[in-house]
Amino acid sequence: MTGAGSTDLWTVAVIAGLACVTVLARCFFFILDRDWTLPHWAQRGLQYAPIAALSAVVVPEVVMAQGQLVQTLHDARLYAAAAGAAAYFWRRDVLIPIVAGMAVYLPLHLGLGW
Amino acid sequence: MFFLPSNYRHPAFRDGARHMWPQAPGIGAWGLMTGVAMVKSGMSVLESVLMTVLVFAGSAQLAAIPLLIAGAPAWVILATAFCVNLRFVVFSLHLRPFLMHLPRWQRMTHGYLTADISYVLFTRRFVHPSTDTAVLREQSAYLAGNCLVNWGSWVGSSLVGIALANFIPTHWGLGFAGTLCLIGILCSLATTRMRLLAGTVAAAAAVVAWSLPLKLNIVVAIAVAVVLCMSLEGRGPGAPAQRKGAA
Repeated sequence: MTGAGSTDLWTVAVIAGLACVTVLARCFFFILDRDWTLPHWAQRGLQYAPIAALSAVVVPEVVMAQGQLVQTLHDARLYAAAAGAAAYFWRRDVLIPIVAGMAVYLPLHLGLGW
Repeated sequence: MFFLPSNYRHPAFRDGARHMWPQAPGIGAWGLMTGVAMVKSGMSVLESVLMTVLVFAGSAQLAAIPLLIAGAPAWVILATAFCVNLRFVVFSLHLRPFLMHLPRWQRMTHGYLTADISYVLFTRRFVHPSTDTAVLREQSAYLAGNCLVNWGSWVGSSLVGIALANFIPTHWGLGFAGTLCLIGILCSLATTRMRLLAGTVAAAAAVVAWSLPLKLNIVVAIAVAVVLCMSLEGRGPGAPAQRKGAA
């Protein structure tokens, strides 16, 4: 990314790569004709890698600012993320957190400037 | 795939589409926010449209956005997206016997278009793969109809979100909606204590290793969490029983 709003070839190439990742992941076991399975250790790793990857991406987006842990509690993201997680465990629906989180985020962010 | 007459002329195609309809508003809301989040995070409209149409994987897209913006190397972005997508690897093992009778390009098109909800609806309706040609055709047509509604509501709503994003001021911070989408998925994955531990360890490691260049903190966090959980597996009283490829 060179900047907001401009398109660059590198980003387009990465997007094409991401499309290949989608195909590879969704078709993983039926790309080849012959029957095969993953080694045992890889199957165990499959249990943990998705949540680890998401958590590693998401949590810093919530608790980091300018390369440091947030130093203030006046940050709308913290409350929005907590509301989103609570909403998930309340309704067990992956879409509710967006609504609940934004309902907390927007008033704090726009109203109080957090 | 929905563009083959043998699929869309089959009565099961309509069943597949009908069963997906109740999910369409939810997928639409998610797609809409993903579209807004892509543009508001700083991606261009062309990049956002390409990502919507080509990548077709909401959680991987949303995980890739902050890495793209931060200028992480391509391999880190692709590896992170693959880890987020690993649940589909498990699904593909389950779907294999249902699809192996098809030529490779057809089964790969089916696979590409089969996201979470289609997988759940399909495997709920067809518990066992069949050897009967008529049933195999029915299964293929059902999956195609189901995926068409899913694909249409995801891509359509994402494009609407991309268009709307231009009218929303950046300082509203709607890019954060992408993070909130992922929080829902993240919580839904925390189904066992060990997985919860994996998520917690990865979060802490990603924060501690934040200053590593090239967004390598993500890769380090995944590696630390997976290796730690695999080595702790089966030791504590709360450890889950071994589950072979069944998420």
